[in-house]
Amino acid sequence: MEHIFDFSQVTTWFHDLLTLTLGLGDFWAILIECVLVGAAVLGAYSVIAMILIFMERKVCAYFQCRIGPVRVGPWGLLQVVADVLKMLIKEIFFVDKADKLLYIVAPFLVIFGSVGAFCFLPWNRGAHILDFNVGVFLLTAISSIGVVGIFLAGWGSNNKYSVVSAMRSAVQMISYEMSLCLCLITAVILTGTMQVSGIVEAQSGPWGWLIVQGHVPALIAFVVFLIAGNAEANRGPFDMAEAESELTAGHHTEYSGMGFGFFYLAEFLNLFIIAGIAATVFLGGWAPIQIGVEAFDEVMQYIPGIVWFMGKAFLLVWLLMWIKWTFPRLRIDQILKLEWKYLMPMALINLVLMTVVVALGLYIK
Amino acid sequence: MANLVVFCILAVVILGSALLCVMTKRIMRAATFMLFVLFGVAGLYFLLDYTYLGAAQIAVYAGGVTMIYVFAIQLVSKRTLQGLVERVKCSRMLWGGLVSLVSLVTVVMVFLKNNFILWGGMMPDTEVPMKEIGHALVGSDKYQYVLPFEFISVFLLACIIGGLVVSRKKED
Repeated sequence: MEHIFDFSQVTTWFHDLLTLTLGLGDFWAILIECVLVGAAVLGAYSVIAMILIFMERKVCAYFQCRIGPVRVGPWGLLQVVADVLKMLIKEIFFVDKADKLLYIVAPFLVIFGSVGAFCFLPWNRGAHILDFNVGVFLLTAISSIGVVGIFLAGWGSNNKYSVVSAMRSAVQMISYEMSLCLCLITAVILTGTMQVSGIVEAQSGPWGWLIVQGHVPALIAFVVFLIAGNAEANRGPFDMAEAESELTAGHHTEYSGMGFGFFYLAEFLNLFIIAGIAATVFLGGWAPIQIGVEAFDEVMQYIPGIVWFMGKAFLLVWLLMWIKWTFPRLRIDQILKLEWKYLMPMALINLVLMTVVVALGLYIK
Repeated sequence: MANLVVFCILAVVILGSALLCVMTKRIMRAATFMLFVLFGVAGLYFLLDYTYLGAAQIAVYAGGVTMIYVFAIQLVSKRTLQGLVERVKCSRMLWGGLVSLVSLVTVVMVFLKNNFILWGGMMPDTEVPMKEIGHALVGSDKYQYVLPFEFISVFLLACIIGGLVVSRKKED
């Protein structure tokens, strides 16, 4: 009864189908599975990106008392599809005397970092794509590759404004990575594991979500994580990278077509990844609400894990969009001051606090 | 079989990027190719099930060291680094060849003397749990590494203070 929505049933069935029924060797079976999983990841990646772009437009519109896109399709639903088609058939042209190789490589590095981090999200019980022993550590390592891509994009554009803004956004991202990692470590101390599935598993009991289990330090870590994540994803009020009116869009000024599309995609997906990680680490991932009353818990178990995960992640996405469309944009010195003078010391102290709480057993068991 | 295929792909990537890294004339391209070499090496660690080492490789080298190189390159004037040309002298080539030969002989000797291939075959094909690595890193028993760990942190602190002293604004 407890694991009715275990996705590993599907994966074991498919593996058995390939190896036992069709008689393929391990090598070919795993190869086919890897290709299928890769295709599924990229498909989910682009579909979620389109949902997010549409959501951003509507949320932004309602916050500004407009109605947003309504012309293309019912309720403007096909607007994003039309935009994607436009982006796909747009010509990519090169800047004169620019380093073409780096110009081409840069968007791929950015999207690689983003897809790599995306693969770590736990969708359901038994539906982890990458689930390493060093999970959270590897996740932060892979997501930091995107910064190199931003750097190269600035350099490859042969435009001094792009170089300057690439450095600006790289400095911002590197700085905020610090608080992000410290908050994740805070969670790791409480759960005692770095494996993503283990972290979710540790939160599946009654009142088990980390934000409840770890009360004060976990709550601080959660808030700092959301602020730092918002900055890491280059989104407002920290969106120095795409301050169109003031900074002519920063490192991707010279990109058009799908080159620009990749940066755009990665930015939106980074928002989802930050929300997804926050939902996984602090709000229990696919673990349903459990309050210790048997009847209630049982009913909650009937809602599939993916619904829980998506619900939590999109709730946080909406929260971050709310923040973006409410606060004015900060200057770069204010952004860096916020990180180095307030968030990072707070995360460090919080780390000590969490260690004390765990060492003295003060958390809610 | 799968391991062999992946190893071959990684080897081609590493060697190809390494060659391109030293042969390209543009410094930023060299840094990019070095990034690919470091990724390839991280891939090798993952192939060997050393996931912690692989993650550290990506975080420290790909995410950290390459980034510092790129930063340094961008802070230097673009013209001083673009299209550098140097004549290679014959005596220099000779010395270079000699040094490479000595290193190759050393590596082959160490490799054969310690029976690495034999040992490699006997090692169990499993991932070392993260807890064990953590205890080894900051434990103070035999075969545990708290002293080097602390030395490195003192060293890094010295680096940070040094950086601050160098970049400090003069008061006048």
